Amino acid sequence: MAPTIRKRPNGQTIPAPAKIPVSLTVNGVPREIVVAPWVTLLDALRERLGLTGTKKGCDHGQCGACTVLLDGRRINSCMTFAVMQDGAKVTTVEGLARDGALHPVQQAFIDHDAFQCGACTPGQICSAVGLIAEGRANSVEEIRELMSGNICRCGAYPNIVAAIRQAMERERP
Amino acid sequence: MINFQYARATDIADAVRQIAGEPTAKFIAGGTNLIDLMKENIERPSRLIDISRLPLKQIEETGDGGLRIGALVPNSDLAYHALIERRYPLLASAILAGASAQLRNMASTGGNLLQRTRCYYFYDTATPCNKRAPGSGCAARYGLNRMHAILGSSEACIATHPSDMCVALAALEANVHVAGPGGERVIAFADFHRLPGDTPERDTTLRADEIIIAVELPARGFATHYSYLKIRDRLSYAFALVAVAAALELERDTIKEARLALGGVAHKPWRDVAVEKAMRGEPANRASFARAADAILRDARGFEHNAFKIELARRAIVRALTQAAAGTPQSQSVKKIR
Repeated sequence: MAPTIRKRPNGQTIPAPAKIPVSLTVNGVPREIVVAPWVTLLDALRERLGLTGTKKGCDHGQCGACTVLLDGRRINSCMTFAVMQDGAKVTTVEGLARDGALHPVQQAFIDHDAFQCGACTPGQICSAVGLIAEGRANSVEEIRELMSGNICRCGAYPNIVAAIRQAMERERP
Repeated sequence: MINFQYARATDIADAVRQIAGEPTAKFIAGGTNLIDLMKENIERPSRLIDISRLPLKQIEETGDGGLRIGALVPNSDLAYHALIERRYPLLASAILAGASAQLRNMASTGGNLLQRTRCYYFYDTATPCNKRAPGSGCAARYGLNRMHAILGSSEACIATHPSDMCVALAALEANVHVAGPGGERVIAFADFHRLPGDTPERDTTLRADEIIIAVELPARGFATHYSYLKIRDRLSYAFALVAVAAALELERDTIKEARLALGGVAHKPWRDVAVEKAMRGEPANRASFARAADAILRDARGFEHNAFKIELARRAIVRALTQAAAGTPQSQSVKKIR
């Protein structure tokens, strides 16, 4: 079958792209999906894999709600296409708990009441896990600066910083 | 999202071949600016050529004491690289002043150079913009122009270049290595970005069929006397109103060599080599710094909402040079300006 020709607003026509197979390891589980090139990693996680813990806030890399760990590094999943991440390991908020026990960062957020509405929380938690792994934050000021990509419109920042400090101290030998 | 095709480049020659064969295609690496522009319908590539897997992720020492940074080195890896921290702390500081940790983890070195202005009107397809739609006019000129240029603007465009990293690269006199159908060439950093003139749709002198492969730093790193001072509307994760990259070499209290580059004030990182030259031999004090600030800003011109940036820039320059001379660079986490 000949590919469909789609007309673009400027009059240019290009063939409809073939959907592309993508292999991801998501929260330790191998997953195979077939997606169009414009599907963001965020949309692939939420709409194709049913992992709705990762939130779509601004969809423009400004709020951090979509933060996940890509090969161990925190990124905005709204700002990359799934097809570009073929072969990658992705950890979302659903993949942080171990054997029924919350991740230390998750537990610290509860201990410190570090959220109100919760919409930014999965992104805050994934970002904090990435921050701790980077090992670059050694003070309250550095935590605040290196968490500035995660916006909390409820303004829970002081408790978020306290939660991260707790989790950081527990992970230190 | 628009309809587009996707292909991976297998090597640099393949990337160049693919882009030459389809001029409406675009390279994608980190994607942190391009994907946003595609979502906003500003960039509408017919094809994305994914270069993110090309082997351009090394940071290597060059024979003449400099460093060669592969175009795909992520911003965070560059800022935290031991050689950058030790020998080019001005660059590390500037990178950490920009974007967020998540974006720095994805954004590439080459992509940082090619990011586009954050002028509100460039982003708003309902308004005229000569950069987005050549010949349509400039809505910023008589619109909300708080973030806009005070130096080097034209009738056609008053947009600013948004990068922090590039301000430091300008001060350090980096070179940009590019590859095209005719082979490789080197573009001096000062010649890489351009002023808008009457063709503001062109941000750089990179040709449409060329790809950035590396950024090279010369040996001189100004690691003792430097400061990157960024002034913005909130303390973190915001574009600069004014940013200053200051670097000095001192002999006792006399300036031996000076570098001064400004961000957030023009269509490109702003340097004035004559001003830097005039600083040589001067005492490293407030009076000299104020003279340099006056000189580099002599042609500054404000618009309705951004005239304050001229005085802000003047003070920021004096402060950054003072910090550099004292060996007390601006911290990018403790935001108090001393």
